[in-house]
Amino acid sequence: MMSWLPENISIEGEEIDFLFYISYYLTVVVFIGVAVVMAYFIIKYRAKPGVKAKYTHGNNTLEILWTVIPTFILLVFILMTQTSWAKLKLAIPQNPPVRVEVTGKQFNWIVRYPGDDGKFGTKDDLVLDNQLNVPVNKQVFIALKGADVIHSFFIPQTRMKQDVVPGRTIPLWFTPTKVGKYEIPCAELCGFGHSGMNGEMIVHSEADYAKWRKKAWEEKDK
Amino acid sequence: MSETTADAHGAHDHHHEGGFWSTYVFSLDHKMIARQFLWLGLIMMVVGGILALIFRWQLAWPETQVWGFEWISDESEGMPEGYVTPNFYNMAVTMHATIMVFLVVMPILVGCFGNFLIPLMIGARDMAFPLLNMLSFWVAVLGAVIMTAGFFVEGGHAASGWTGYAPLSTVPEYTGVFMGQTLWALSLFVLSFSSLMGSINYITTLINMRTEGMTWFRVPLVVWSLFVTAILGLLALPILGSAGAMMIFDRVFETNFFNPAKGGEPLLWQHLFWYFGHPEVYILILPGMGIASELLPVFCRKPIFGYRAMVYAMLAIAFLSWIVWGHHMFQSGMNPALGSAFMMTTLVIAIPSAIKTFNWLGTLWGGSIRFTVPMLHALAFVILFVIGGLSGIFMASNVVDIYIHDTYFIVAHFHYVIFGGSVFALFGGIQYWFPKMFGRAMDEALGKVHFWLTFIFFNMVFFPMHILGVGGHMRRIYNPMQYEFLQGMQPINVMITLSALALGLSQIPFVFNFFATVFRWNAKWFRVLTQAVSALVVGFIGYKSVAVMFEGMMEPEPSTGARIAGTIVAIALAVWIYRYLEKNMAPLGADAPQNPWDANTLEWVAPTPAPHGNFGPTLPVVRRGPYEYSVPGEEADWAPQTETIDPKYAEAGH
Repeated sequence: MMSWLPENISIEGEEIDFLFYISYYLTVVVFIGVAVVMAYFIIKYRAKPGVKAKYTHGNNTLEILWTVIPTFILLVFILMTQTSWAKLKLAIPQNPPVRVEVTGKQFNWIVRYPGDDGKFGTKDDLVLDNQLNVPVNKQVFIALKGADVIHSFFIPQTRMKQDVVPGRTIPLWFTPTKVGKYEIPCAELCGFGHSGMNGEMIVHSEADYAKWRKKAWEEKDK
Repeated sequence: MSETTADAHGAHDHHHEGGFWSTYVFSLDHKMIARQFLWLGLIMMVVGGILALIFRWQLAWPETQVWGFEWISDESEGMPEGYVTPNFYNMAVTMHATIMVFLVVMPILVGCFGNFLIPLMIGARDMAFPLLNMLSFWVAVLGAVIMTAGFFVEGGHAASGWTGYAPLSTVPEYTGVFMGQTLWALSLFVLSFSSLMGSINYITTLINMRTEGMTWFRVPLVVWSLFVTAILGLLALPILGSAGAMMIFDRVFETNFFNPAKGGEPLLWQHLFWYFGHPEVYILILPGMGIASELLPVFCRKPIFGYRAMVYAMLAIAFLSWIVWGHHMFQSGMNPALGSAFMMTTLVIAIPSAIKTFNWLGTLWGGSIRFTVPMLHALAFVILFVIGGLSGIFMASNVVDIYIHDTYFIVAHFHYVIFGGSVFALFGGIQYWFPKMFGRAMDEALGKVHFWLTFIFFNMVFFPMHILGVGGHMRRIYNPMQYEFLQGMQPINVMITLSALALGLSQIPFVFNFFATVFRWNAKWFRVLTQAVSALVVGFIGYKSVAVMFEGMMEPEPSTGARIAGTIVAIALAVWIYRYLEKNMAPLGADAPQNPWDANTLEWVAPTPAPHGNFGPTLPVVRRGPYEYSVPGEEADWAPQTETIDPKYAEAGH
């Protein structure tokens, strides 16, 4: 199933993939274990003439074992998940190198870039539809806003997804590590145009990013 | 209830012969109400299933005419000439889920089995409040009528997902759906009252009307599961009703509970919906667990493993189900610190589920397993529930959920639980209790054909959805080909849809079996027709499978070689099934014996068909636990709960 995961291109995504693999191996092992035992019992204990079933109501030692062992495994899993979650969601970066504002609107992503003053809402802001330009290997901090209904901002290759709620500003951050173009679908049903609400993230090399900025603002000022 | 009042009651019941209306329509008898719920659920299942096949068609072959719907006028808003429009697609997805949850699984598992089994299995003559019981059914019908009416109003039915997230659902302009969504909310409001009435009845009946000797720990596990379900229903359904009312207020009376543009809070809807919705998930699966726990001991001929552990696990699940709802909202914008708490409680709920699974395996251990159709369904329930439970670990981890939330992985997960779990239990339960419910037994050979086809194609439909989800395939998208990163996975979508069509066809043997048994259709020509249709279904599926194997998923026209190979396989399969059925089909609709499965519990002590009042002049007195099979020293490997048991073993059951 692993090979179906799209390539991961963000530092934060590694954290998610790691826990995905842990869950995968854990559940596959448990599933195979249960399936093998079940198949064995089904074959071995099929009705045979003259053989009576065992008369037993259970076994307390077994009950304790199969309560305590899963509890222990789950506790470890909880702690691992909690550590990652805190890193991904609670430790909001203080001085992110790249800041962008994205507004979900039926059925577009409106991307707002601050100008050289680094502030949103000033005259030198650049606004593009469905196009998110970012430099490679720099942490990108996105303030997600909603204009109408709930959308969900999703970039599969960064493993990032966050619902966009009208009336709120929700932070999302990640560090892309590979130059290229990636799709930004909406993952939450948002109306008849939900399917096809799809933006594009362009990860530039550092030099290309500078070039893009120069050109984009020049075009804007024209 | 003391013997004397029971006698008086019993005698009274004998005078209770009514006419057509009071027997079949406005019946107060719990068994008739149970059958009415069964019919309601099965009819709605057809509607829900067809909706699923329509949107599956669109996903596999986007924007082509859906086969069988080409006749629709090109002025239709939803499906002009059979082409699915985006809004119609959203509506189909929404209504498939709504109907399956509220009008199929709940009416059958809770309404039908709850009504039928609780009084019979605890030795009561009827429910505590028969009139309330009848009202519960007719209010459900009213809810179903309102829900169905939504299909025919201007603007179409609700199209904002079965979760109805605000403000998409509360501001008509966002979807272009006007009356439909309001009727949807009104129907849920009405249905919540139906469930509420049922729950009050079940709880009262169980607490007050257990027969002499039926102590709490002699109550069969399916009844325990329905009791716990009723408690969840009592507490959860009012929340749904309130949320539905608030939605109606927002839409019709211009209040602003949920609309952020006017100061409302959209996440409030999600909190209300999931605060109801997570207990609801357990309302859907607990009766399934109960049915599996009931069938496994009967067909293993041994006591259930860890009876008390099973009861405590159910109570633990019921309690925990109230503090996990936030796991549906990890990515909703809710404070991430809350996400941590919900992640922990959610993973904790895996523990009682694991306990139940291991106890089912323990029940198989050392058994003398009879592979009847109900047992096959119970075994399928266990293994499919294991898959559904384990895939739940992925999204319970809020970190992994960041990626797989709102993808097909979730769709795969809950179909393994609700179809693999609840619906397999439902089919198993129908076949198992059919003799008591209708006085005749459904056919085992037809049942086996239905079971294996359903089991195979269920897995072929829903297992690949895990893969789609891992690949990032979003839920509820109209056309996956609009996304570059999904195009490579389109063959999987095609395979799923082909399998879904096969899964739909696989229900035909069940339909034949059900109707033939209920209406005693056993004429020669009808038997031949049944065999021929079942054989044709299998042959057709075989032909298509071979064609796909030769040509791949994306090639619509098979080559001559593939056609020949497919035809040979199809004929071979069809002949095999035809002859298997010809040889093994029992007379359809023949009278069933009183206790066809050699089971212990009280419903099999009652005569078949059980009369009004269920038991004879005196109520049965319970003297042993429900699962005392293969007791050493007893000649038969079963004995009704009314028999005394060697005191040496009496305590062992506890």
